[in-house]
Amino acid sequence: MNLAILLLIVLFSTSCFFFGRKKIINITAANKIRMNALPDYYGYYLALWCAIPAVLILAFWTVFEPTIIKAFIINNITSSNLKEFNSDELNLIYQQIKALYLGNFTGTLTEEIRRGAENYKSFLSIAEGSKIVILISIVIVTTLYSYKKLINNNKAREDVEKIFKAVLFTCSLVAILTTIGIIFSLLFESIKFFTTINIFDFLFGTSWSPQRAFVRDASTITPEEYNELKDAFGSVPLFAGTAFIAFIAMIVAVPIGLFSGIYLAEYASKKVRKYSKPIIEILAGIPTVVYGFFAALTVGPFFREFGERFGLEVSSESALAAGLVMGVMIIPYVSSLSDDVINAVPQSLRDGSYAVGATKSETIKKVVIPAALPGIVGSVLLAVSRAIGETMIVVMAAGLAARLTINPLESTTTITTQIVMILIGDQEFDSPKTQSAFALGLTLFFATLILNYIALRFVKKYREKYE
Amino acid sequence: MTNNKVKIKTEKLDVFYGQKQALKNVNLEIFNREVTALIGPSGCGKSTYIRCINRMNDVIETCKISGSIKIDGQEINNKQIDVVRLRERIGMVFQKPNPFPKSIYDNVAYGPQIHGLADHKDKLDQIVQTSLKKSALWEEVKDRLDEPGTSLSGGQQQRLCIARAISVNPEVILMDEPCSALDPIATAKIEELMEELKKTFTIVIVTHSMAQAVRVSQRTGFFHLGNLIEVDTTDKMFKNPNNKMTQDYITGRFG
Repeated sequence: MNLAILLLIVLFSTSCFFFGRKKIINITAANKIRMNALPDYYGYYLALWCAIPAVLILAFWTVFEPTIIKAFIINNITSSNLKEFNSDELNLIYQQIKALYLGNFTGTLTEEIRRGAENYKSFLSIAEGSKIVILISIVIVTTLYSYKKLINNNKAREDVEKIFKAVLFTCSLVAILTTIGIIFSLLFESIKFFTTINIFDFLFGTSWSPQRAFVRDASTITPEEYNELKDAFGSVPLFAGTAFIAFIAMIVAVPIGLFSGIYLAEYASKKVRKYSKPIIEILAGIPTVVYGFFAALTVGPFFREFGERFGLEVSSESALAAGLVMGVMIIPYVSSLSDDVINAVPQSLRDGSYAVGATKSETIKKVVIPAALPGIVGSVLLAVSRAIGETMIVVMAAGLAARLTINPLESTTTITTQIVMILIGDQEFDSPKTQSAFALGLTLFFATLILNYIALRFVKKYREKYE
Repeated sequence: MTNNKVKIKTEKLDVFYGQKQALKNVNLEIFNREVTALIGPSGCGKSTYIRCINRMNDVIETCKISGSIKIDGQEINNKQIDVVRLRERIGMVFQKPNPFPKSIYDNVAYGPQIHGLADHKDKLDQIVQTSLKKSALWEEVKDRLDEPGTSLSGGQQQRLCIARAISVNPEVILMDEPCSALDPIATAKIEELMEELKKTFTIVIVTHSMAQAVRVSQRTGFFHLGNLIEVDTTDKMFKNPNNKMTQDYITGRFG
């Protein structure tokens, strides 16, 4: 229904565009005058006036309709019944009424639910009808208003520009507000967690096993219980595991990525570059789940068999397998970005080096790389934050046991993996176990934020160099 | 002229960039220890010409060069020649100052280091000092050799590039419009410097400024559309050229 209305509004405003444009063309032709703006602007003016208020009202209506109807229904139930309901019961009744209306009701049908469903039905049709009436009148009013203004308007161009600016502003506002909202939701849940578990015990504790934590009521924890509890939420093994796997990934990705970037930028002929660059970038488009399969089913078992041949104990889920595959995944980021920054080094610097008799590799080693270094460091840091945030490969290939180890052949775990483990399945949202996921998320967010900030600073510094 | 020995001699030099012919049958002699100016309208091939002498055109994939280029009688336009040694002998200064993003010291020390000209630090210090003195920059930078070369002014940067070029003790210095990005005062300094440099080096300068050609050069060659129209002493070229086209160009009637 809403989709149909939206489509109608779009159709109507499109025709308004052509109508307004034609109108102005006719006026200019008939009176032999030149209007202040191009005819297109008058078309846009009319079309935007017709569409924007109606779409806004439609959006608000769609958002608030269920809430309002619910309020009406609940009001009806409470006023027609002598019995007192608490809010949970009212909610349940409302859900049952909705289910009955939609035809998937199960359970015992009571009189009030049946009556409620009838009410619900009539409210819905009233709402539907009034929505259509209001929208049509809004469209008519705004279209007439703007049409009246259209003919004597010598500011159509400015007005249209203003509207476009407002639309763009709204979009960026949505993006920013959503991000802020996410941060705050993380923050509030984390604060709840930190009221139970001391933040220092969380950040510096060396034992992680949230499965052990059964807390009924956070306000009645005795000191003995707390001592037990804080051992379940020490995040150091997770950070160590994350850093370790990211480190293995970088050992793979940085040299290979950097050298292939140098090859592409400096040595590859135009033809090779044209084909190989997109191919490398395709690697970046492979879903990480696919890398995860590869790590868990191919690389992991390969290492185990290889290790067994030499009498080594290798876990089939090892940090090495996950780190290696993650490194392969990150190669395109490093190579593509370093290729770009090396290309951005001005040719004049290379010419200067060749002109004193340097060879190609000397020029690259001593002039090009130092000049591009800030950009390369930036790309590496971006890749690191990518490695830290990566989840899927680790979930599939590195295991779940949180243990503090630097043996790459053992299984280990990362922050993101643990967040996944904590939040899948049935959860109580007020237990410290669940809340610890938010605390982990927040810490991870700050870690990658700092890395990204450093990376961007490097890149910025690099930009200033040649401009 | 003081020394009439031919340093560089090109015969039947043709240069192609892909399909486009940039130089057509250029026969030119450049004499030892004097300044030769190459003038002509934009795109006439004068920069292409000097980039042939130190084989900088090798960098451009589509470039094809045929003909003979001899330096001290030795043919350099063939595959056997070692371009690293060649460029050690023939330095180049570019249109836009292009110091490396390194310290002033490292900018000058770069050439001697890659050619192994200094076997210990003192020797390198000495080369850097003499090069900066020869390029008339020493007094201005001697207290801040550790600062980045890019922190200098445009004119100073260009003199740093000259110091870099002469640090490997070349025989020839090619200058591709070295003053086009500089203000008149910096330009005057570079011209003064060239007067000094020509005592030890052979200099070929590409310039758009006729006045500069008159001020600094002993011989001038005029290029037009890839052809070398006329070459003679600067005095004769600007007072009494043989070719009508040269006459028109230097009096500003075209170009």
